[in-house]
Amino acid sequence: MSFWEYANPRRFMALSAKIQPWVWAAATVLCATGLIWGFFFTPEDFRMGNSVKIIYIHVPSAFIAINAWFMMLVASLIWLIRRHHVSALAARAAAPIGLIMTIVALLTGAIWGKPMWGTYWEWDPRLTSFLILGLFYLGYSALWSAIEEPDAAADLTSILCLVGTVFAVLSRYAAQFWSQGLHQGASLSLDAEENVADVFWQPLVISLAGFVALFLALVLMRTRTEIRRRRLSTLTARDRLA
Amino acid sequence: MTLGPYAFDILLAYALSGALVIGLVVQSVAASRATKRRLEEAEK
Amino acid sequence: MIALLARDLRLAIRAGGGFGLGLAFFLILATLVPLGVGPDATLLRPIGPGILWLGALLACLLSLDRIFALDLEDGSLDLLATAPIPLEGVATIKALTHWITTGLPLTVAAPALSLLLFLPTSALPWLVVSLLIGTPALSWLGTFGAALTVGLKRGSLLLSLLVLPLYIPTLVFGAEVVRRGGDGLSVATPLALLAAITLGCVAVLPFATAAALRINLR
Repeated sequence: MSFWEYANPRRFMALSAKIQPWVWAAATVLCATGLIWGFFFTPEDFRMGNSVKIIYIHVPSAFIAINAWFMMLVASLIWLIRRHHVSALAARAAAPIGLIMTIVALLTGAIWGKPMWGTYWEWDPRLTSFLILGLFYLGYSALWSAIEEPDAAADLTSILCLVGTVFAVLSRYAAQFWSQGLHQGASLSLDAEENVADVFWQPLVISLAGFVALFLALVLMRTRTEIRRRRLSTLTARDRLA
Repeated sequence: MTLGPYAFDILLAYALSGALVIGLVVQSVAASRATKRRLEEAEK
Repeated sequence: MIALLARDLRLAIRAGGGFGLGLAFFLILATLVPLGVGPDATLLRPIGPGILWLGALLACLLSLDRIFALDLEDGSLDLLATAPIPLEGVATIKALTHWITTGLPLTVAAPALSLLLFLPTSALPWLVVSLLIGTPALSWLGTFGAALTVGLKRGSLLLSLLVLPLYIPTLVFGAEVVRRGGDGLSVATPLALLAAITLGCVAVLPFATAAALRINLR
């Protein structure tokens, strides 16, 4: 029994049908717990007042926005090396989720930035690189929907994902080089010195886990949709031939 | 509980993000249902 | 390969090849910006490097969709794919042609246009150097984008969406070199990074371009 067995679409459909409800349940419970705890039962921050409550959406969505791209990169590599269709379709399924999460992170950041920094937008390295990440998601999705032949689309988008990763990282450092920025350091690094205080940290970790579960659930569901859509188009093509 | 001077900002952030994420979920579910139905029809 | 380069150059220079179009666009942009923001030297001088680099970027973009489109239409791309030279070589030659017909003329014309934007004379050598070093990256990246979208009907809009984000690091470092050069600061770091991006693009991207071409010709 190896992990690669689930590269078979039929096996994947069977497995994902089984685990999907659990992932959805986990996503709902964790998101609800984290957000409700964060919203109603945390104290005010002594500097930022109640605006700190935005962190429970801002940090998890930014986390997903970045890691969705890494998941697409890994899935693209698997497609290019081992030619498993499920992998290519999972990469396609993740792109819109990543785009929405990027927008959410930028929006919540802008709303938070206004009272804290006095401005909605600043050309800070982190903000700039997020905007660029959003552009990469747009281009990637646009290329997917522009090419009709499914395997060619999977190949070309995978290559774009590889090249895009290099340039997204480069842009990140280019932006850093260019100005120092207002954004505070990491709020979730393992180095406890930098971390946010415990009262904020516990609900934050729960809602982070909730967002991860939500991402997984959405990827599973969208991948299943893509597989069905692929099957549907082969069926209709066969009908037309017959 | 009072939200203080930032009440509007906090509620706006939660509302906008909620709308976007829920929109994404609804779209995914709708697409999934529609494809499933069409596939079942085609397989008949 | 030399023969292919000569052929492509001749095709580009001949009427309808789009040679000079990018240059004209660059000139128009440098004319329109002062008209748009006002002819104030104190306003134009700090934004000059950015405007010139942005102009180079957009002028490059104009001629990208021609790189492979004509060859695909008349079937010579299929011939090139089966020719004894590797497709990676073809990709390199195509990018080189694009650079000779757009990047190089832009570099030559940039000092003249920089006068319109009141760029300080101390920045001029750095403008030329940064364009000379940076524009090959634009051509190589553009060729990669053109290879991705070669078979598509409305590819050119998609092409700009794909390629422009890839141009960001080059734009940042290129404009930074000119800005620092104009202020008399050390330009070594951004210049080295700019050169690194170009060298990396020239070395690696032909493989990605050739892979994309093979998929599109399948």
